[in-house]
Amino acid sequence: MKNKKRIMTLATRDYVKNIGQDGCGECQTSCQSACKTSCGVVNQPCEQDKR
Amino acid sequence: MVLDVDSGSVHVTDDPVYEIVRLYGDLPEEEILVRLAESFPEEEIREALEDVRELILSGLLFSKTDHQVRLQDAPVTAPVIKALCLNVAHTCNLNCCYCFAAQGTYKGDEALMPLETGKRAMDFLVEHSGSRRNLEVDFFGGEPLLNWQMVKDTVAYARSLEEKHNKHFRFTLTTNGLLIDDDVIEFTNREMDNVVLSLDGRPETHDRFRLTRGGRGCYDVVVPKFQELVRRRTRGTYYVRGTYTHENTDFLEDILHIADLGFDEISMEPVVCPPCEPYALTAEDMPIVQVQYEKLALEMLKRDKEGRGFRFYHFTMDLDHGPCIYKRIAGCGSGTEYLAVTPNGDLYPCHQFVENPDFLMGNLREGIVRTDLQETFGRCNVFARSGCQECWAKLYCSGGCAANAYHMSGSLLGIDEYGCELFKKRIECALMMKAAETMDDAG
Repeated sequence: MKNKKRIMTLATRDYVKNIGQDGCGECQTSCQSACKTSCGVVNQPCEQDKR
Repeated sequence: MVLDVDSGSVHVTDDPVYEIVRLYGDLPEEEILVRLAESFPEEEIREALEDVRELILSGLLFSKTDHQVRLQDAPVTAPVIKALCLNVAHTCNLNCCYCFAAQGTYKGDEALMPLETGKRAMDFLVEHSGSRRNLEVDFFGGEPLLNWQMVKDTVAYARSLEEKHNKHFRFTLTTNGLLIDDDVIEFTNREMDNVVLSLDGRPETHDRFRLTRGGRGCYDVVVPKFQELVRRRTRGTYYVRGTYTHENTDFLEDILHIADLGFDEISMEPVVCPPCEPYALTAEDMPIVQVQYEKLALEMLKRDKEGRGFRFYHFTMDLDHGPCIYKRIAGCGSGTEYLAVTPNGDLYPCHQFVENPDFLMGNLREGIVRTDLQETFGRCNVFARSGCQECWAKLYCSGGCAANAYHMSGSLLGIDEYGCELFKKRIECALMMKAAETMDDAG
């Protein structure tokens, strides 16, 4: 979608576009990274995009 | 800035659009025109209204998607186990009083995990991981370097299973750094996908809690070791990870100190402890801490432009290629795809439940005995938690940490309100940084 004069829309993942293909479960479990004391799902990279 | 929760769309807007969005659901357009007439010229308001309408038609504003229905058929929620926190040492060579693991013992006996238990854990993971290829193992404690040879031998055993079972192990080592030597540096670089190095920041901050059993601070010992490990790291990731408490609510200074030591992958976590502890974060600390995050975000943008940027774990966010919707709604995975293993092979939902008898799920020999617990944790997601439904950040935290929710509210399906406030502030800052970077790129 084109940006408007008064609104700039950041590029974001379309949650519904790949229903059925997404959800492979291969991505990192949240607590395996750096926190161990809080949940940060959003900072886990998508494994499918890394391929 | 406007966030459309269900679609995940992020819009940077001018003032007329922002005000219109605030009013749009409650008032008809003609009423909005009247209401904003004193603040903006009519032509601007009409133009802004047109932009808002177009976003709504595109499904990027006021979108209503029932993501909950997806949970039922989400492959990510299949009953497999793919990640283990391997507590290879229930003992520690430090005596940090703020440690959630009670100085490494988890309020139990001191123990080291035998190699046979480590091997059995690797077999257990392969057996229960179904079709998942990527398996994760975190060598944790206590201090895992106190059982270093066992760690190395367990890694070697796991590697021997990979080809035969079409699996790929990803290892993480979490260490306080005291025992890092050439062998640890060389092995972790070769075998560990991630290394987590515990450093709280400035010398006075680090040495306030992170004391040896003899009561001496360890900043001077571990910092050169961490620097050497990172200098020689040619693959995988690392994080220098700190904890902040009531004693250093100016933790921005600690993060910048770590960055100035040459580390560019940094995490800093709020302390996890009962509210009665003197170092627990207080209600009065909240606004102070929130400002620290805001200042951090601005400082990071500034340093990035100066070519000396660093990453902060909790501000790391890839809007375009981040987690899919299944990941965002399924919960953190504790008690289902992720378990903690004690030195004697007992299984718990995660490292924060270890040695709590109410949460003993089974052991490596018999497998999951408490299937009721497994089912309960399987239901811990963003739709089951009270308080999450109306939260704008729910698709960023997936309902948050089950252990923190339990410890702070008494229920696995409750929420840790304090933690939620901090989390939302961090996401707010991360989104602001994304917006700033995008606007810079656009000139």
